[in-house]
Amino acid sequence: MQFLDFEKPLEELFHQMDKLKEVHAKNDKVDVSNAIKELEDSIEITRAKVYEHLTPWQRVQLSRHPERPYTLFYISRLFNNFVEIFGDRQVKDDKAMVGGMAEIDGIPVMVLGQQKGTNTKSRQMRNFGMANPEGYRKALRMMKLAEKFNRPIITLIDTPGAYPGLEAEERGQGEAIARNLFEMTNLKVPVICIIIGEGASGGALGIGIGDKVAMLENTWYTVISPESCSSILWHNWENKEKAAEQLKLTSTDMKGFGLVDDVIPEPLGGAHAKPDEMATILKQYILGALKELTPINADKRINQRIDKFSKMGFYEDQVAHS
Amino acid sequence: MSTWFKRIKQGIQTATHEKKEAPDGVWHKCPECRTTATVKELEQHLYVCHKCGYHNRINSKEYFNIIFDEGSETLLFENIRPVDKLGFEDVKPYSKRIIDAQKATGLGDAMTVAAGKIEGQDLVVACMNFNFIGGSMGSVVGEKISRGIDYAIEHKMPFMIISKSGGARMMESAFSLMQMAKTSAKLTRLDKARLPYISFMTDPTTGGVTASYAMLGDINIAEPKALIGFAGPRVIKETIKRDLPDGFQRSEFLLEHGFLDFIVERKDLKARLSTTINWFMKATA
Ligand SMILES: [Zn+2]
Repeated sequence: MQFLDFEKPLEELFHQMDKLKEVHAKNDKVDVSNAIKELEDSIEITRAKVYEHLTPWQRVQLSRHPERPYTLFYISRLFNNFVEIFGDRQVKDDKAMVGGMAEIDGIPVMVLGQQKGTNTKSRQMRNFGMANPEGYRKALRMMKLAEKFNRPIITLIDTPGAYPGLEAEERGQGEAIARNLFEMTNLKVPVICIIIGEGASGGALGIGIGDKVAMLENTWYTVISPESCSSILWHNWENKEKAAEQLKLTSTDMKGFGLVDDVIPEPLGGAHAKPDEMATILKQYILGALKELTPINADKRINQRIDKFSKMGFYEDQVAHS
Repeated sequence: MSTWFKRIKQGIQTATHEKKEAPDGVWHKCPECRTTATVKELEQHLYVCHKCGYHNRINSKEYFNIIFDEGSETLLFENIRPVDKLGFEDVKPYSKRIIDAQKATGLGDAMTVAAGKIEGQDLVVACMNFNFIGGSMGSVVGEKISRGIDYAIEHKMPFMIISKSGGARMMESAFSLMQMAKTSAKLTRLDKARLPYISFMTDPTTGGVTASYAMLGDINIAEPKALIGFAGPRVIKETIKRDLPDGFQRSEFLLEHGFLDFIVERKDLKARLSTTINWFMKATA
């Protein structure tokens, strides 16, 4: 297990747990069940303490936890009959964007999202979850296919941003994201978007126009990463924690501003501590949202979608002053 | 001399007249070729270098003078003003940045919208002001585009956005990000109304502006050599750790890669626009 700096009090307890289990493995006549039970209790108590008052920066750290469940994990736990499909039919298959046809509780849907790697090799293969234009075009191809066959769409968002590369610019990263914003607005089927990790800027929004946009509790969603914000506004990398506070990027803030529809609670200790419990909670949310959205007439749903995003913004609207 | 050129000359004379403190003899050095010209000469050349053709950055007032028939335009939605909803403070509070920018530019925010005539044809133009916090896109920019679209639909007029922006306004955090969603969503309504949307990209057009309304035109056009891209060149260079080719992310590069319909010099802008709009709007039997 890996522990973040603020999770250190937990590390020692897990270490003791490992030792106990080792002892038991060597000699199963030693009864460790009471000791294990006690340790489990104190892990839960410590977790509650550590997680009681998380700072915005700590939530950013959690959203990037190396053991945090990624898109393909949720697909495997929430859906049946998943058929992964590949490619944008133009340039190539972008491994940072995955998805395909699946069923959730017997309902056929299209599910897609950014995918990060889990080791050095797969992290590179997945380009750290940073899609190129072909990734956004692959996503759009899947969504248009879903629309044609009247299947709801579920997107799982987890990206540090769209890839800032030379070929990405040649192939129109800006155009690819813009096209998705426009086309997703017009999709005739229900669209549910969930930020499961990092929601960085246009790269996240590029698959983020939905009838329901929700954030898992320990995720962030805004226009820039705290590090880049610190670098641009403070001209150094030292103010990332301050930037995280100023940006008000947590799920609670975003829900408070009306910029996302819902916050989905995570199990105590975060999604990575109890991934299966997280999967169950997420599945319930998706099923609830599908039940609510599916009966609405398509044109009405599209108009509601447009109206929702059109209301976003904060400004003064005075009667013209002299 | 065509009527529109006379109009430009008069516009410039007015502008010069207003700047009483600026004598005609003030020199301007071209940032590209270092040729000097008087400010008055520069204005007469629409702020384009007479030697190398470099297009200096100009703002909404100058673009409106170039595009609209004289006296035909009305500014819209001027009462919409920015507010520091988040209490954002980096090295300077955002609320102070707003006031300073308003004082320095005489503008409300980085977007000015006007409706008027171009060679007698109706047109709504939303033009970004780079001199207002780097032309950054915040809530006011998004709302003015949104209302500009409503106005165009209501009056059955073509719509144009002139982009000139470093991207989203960080000090409005996720509110600025959502302006990409908001403007793109509203453009679908213009699309359904079958009214033309012309996106005109000028130096620079980057970040969230490129990844939303700037790239969504029925016609996407640009000034020569404008920087247009999603990621900034510095970020790309740091990411890929090698030098970028000459002309990378410039208008000509985008045209070659298929993302622009055409490139237009400032002196030809009004005529090309007028011809284009006529094609869209001309009544046929
Ligand atoms: Zn020059």
